[in-house]
Amino acid sequence: MDDIKMAKNETSSTEDILIVNNIEVVYSHVILVLKGVSLKVKKGGITALLGGNGAGKSTTLKSISNLLASERGEVTKGSVTFSDEYIHDLDPAQLVKKGVIQVMEGRHCFEHLTVEENLLTGAYTRSNSKEVKDDLERVYNYFPRLRERRTSLAGYTSGGEQQMIAIGRALMAHPTMILLDEPSMGLAPQLVKQIFEIVAEINRKEGVTILLAEQNTNIALQYSEYAYILENGRVVMEGSAESMRDNEDVKEFYLGISGEGRQSFKDVKQYRRRKRWL
Amino acid sequence: MSVELLNFIETVLNGLMSGVMYSLVALGFVLIFKASGVFNFAQGVFALFAALTLVGYQTGQVPFAHVINELFGTNYHNWYASMPNFLAIILTMITMIALAWIIERLVLKHLVNQDPIILFMATIGLAFALEGVGDLMWGSDVKVLDVGIPSGGSVWLEEATIGLAAEGSDYYGMYIDVLNVWATVIAVILVITLALFSQYTKTGRALRAVADDHQAALSVGISLRTIWILVWAISGFIAMVAGIMWGTESGVQFSLSLIALKALPVLILGGFTSIPGAIIGGLLIGVGEKLAEIYIGGYFETGALENWFAYVMALVFLLFRPQGLFGDKIIERV
Repeated sequence: MDDIKMAKNETSSTEDILIVNNIEVVYSHVILVLKGVSLKVKKGGITALLGGNGAGKSTTLKSISNLLASERGEVTKGSVTFSDEYIHDLDPAQLVKKGVIQVMEGRHCFEHLTVEENLLTGAYTRSNSKEVKDDLERVYNYFPRLRERRTSLAGYTSGGEQQMIAIGRALMAHPTMILLDEPSMGLAPQLVKQIFEIVAEINRKEGVTILLAEQNTNIALQYSEYAYILENGRVVMEGSAESMRDNEDVKEFYLGISGEGRQSFKDVKQYRRRKRWL
Repeated sequence: MSVELLNFIETVLNGLMSGVMYSLVALGFVLIFKASGVFNFAQGVFALFAALTLVGYQTGQVPFAHVINELFGTNYHNWYASMPNFLAIILTMITMIALAWIIERLVLKHLVNQDPIILFMATIGLAFALEGVGDLMWGSDVKVLDVGIPSGGSVWLEEATIGLAAEGSDYYGMYIDVLNVWATVIAVILVITLALFSQYTKTGRALRAVADDHQAALSVGISLRTIWILVWAISGFIAMVAGIMWGTESGVQFSLSLIALKALPVLILGGFTSIPGAIIGGLLIGVGEKLAEIYIGGYFETGALENWFAYVMALVFLLFRPQGLFGDKIIERV
């Protein structure tokens, strides 16, 4: 565990573009979902937020982008700072103008709009039509497949294409930071790899900071530099992606690789009960 | 041409024209339904309220005169004798926009992401509340609305068609209400403008995006509040046009709010989500009603086939094409 603690100290510098400080999120005034989550995202990097179903990954992202309000959720404690500015009072539209945009889980394309129209809605907050045109061209260069399908309705495109639309649409807002929620959901492994390659490329070329929530721990740790593991609304572990990949517990729980060979399901359950985080 | 054929054409024409009046009401429904997934039961009351307000401004009525007089023992009725039509219409438009803003503030804002049925119930409440406010503000007496739109039979058409019938037959030419012709012209302009707006402008695109997926629209920075105020204001404007047309035809009275019910079968035929659908649906219902009244109405001794025929048409339609003629394609990926 020691090397993980050290990694944490290394990153806590002024380069952090986003600082989430001990936030608590309550849905419908009663359901406590996040129980004090803190994390820091380094500028220009890819940070991963890992964990199983219901761990609170999406909620964390939504409390940053402030999409919580429309789901009757509310940040009751803690603070969120983006570029040294408190942002938890801003509505999503204001945040998009500030450069923070979320790509929602499950793609959420506008089904009855064409692919191109979908991309253009991403530029809703921008007024310079020349720049928007250039950006559209850039998005098409990242996703050549979308150029081919620009006139078809988004509802008729494949799952992979819809994920591309969702990412491209976010890119059209010219963001400094993208909150990417489960890009691998429901996609074939090969397609997942392709999407992650493009995301990494966008991160490299555009300098867009990416906070990635992902269940697919294996691929997320390949492409990110730093990772947090959420369990039950709390951060239970953090560290550089490298140290995470080598950590025995992560291997056991999230990567499915065990030091002692394959265990029976019963054993795993018992082991889990004995050694819970926290 | 035989007299029968001429009569048939006249019936169809009249059906089309009265269909346009239905379409005007249905249009307001479609806009709100598309953008916020709400079936706005209050659309009919919107039309009534707009017509009441227009008459009120025209004749210089003091709003809430009854209440004020009752409370303070005063005797206010009118501020001024009359106001130019143009100015009164502009003022009514502003009032409808303000109304849209108030509704967003008081009702919609608190119901984001709720089930459609809850929103629907809210609009029912809104309908009754607004009807009450209209009553308090402008009084409940039947008013005459005249903004200078000509009405009555078209002499020109009568003269043009009277010679078409065979020599010596008993035919006096076609009758068409000029008011309906005007309604048609206005509806056509309205629809073309709306279609261009939603297809080719940034705001129009945002409007369609909101119609598809609220959450996603929020996530790309589209402000739902702005869009909703806009949509309710536009449908308030359409309600005003409908209110003017219906009010001119049959006087401004509280039964005007029931035209909302006439729009239902139109929507089922045309599809809840299609602007052209609202128009075509209205025309079909209009023609269907008139033809049914003339040609099969005789077999029903009670008459008044016109009142319920539209609903039967809608029922039959629901069986075969539940999304309506032009409703959103139900996208199913296999």
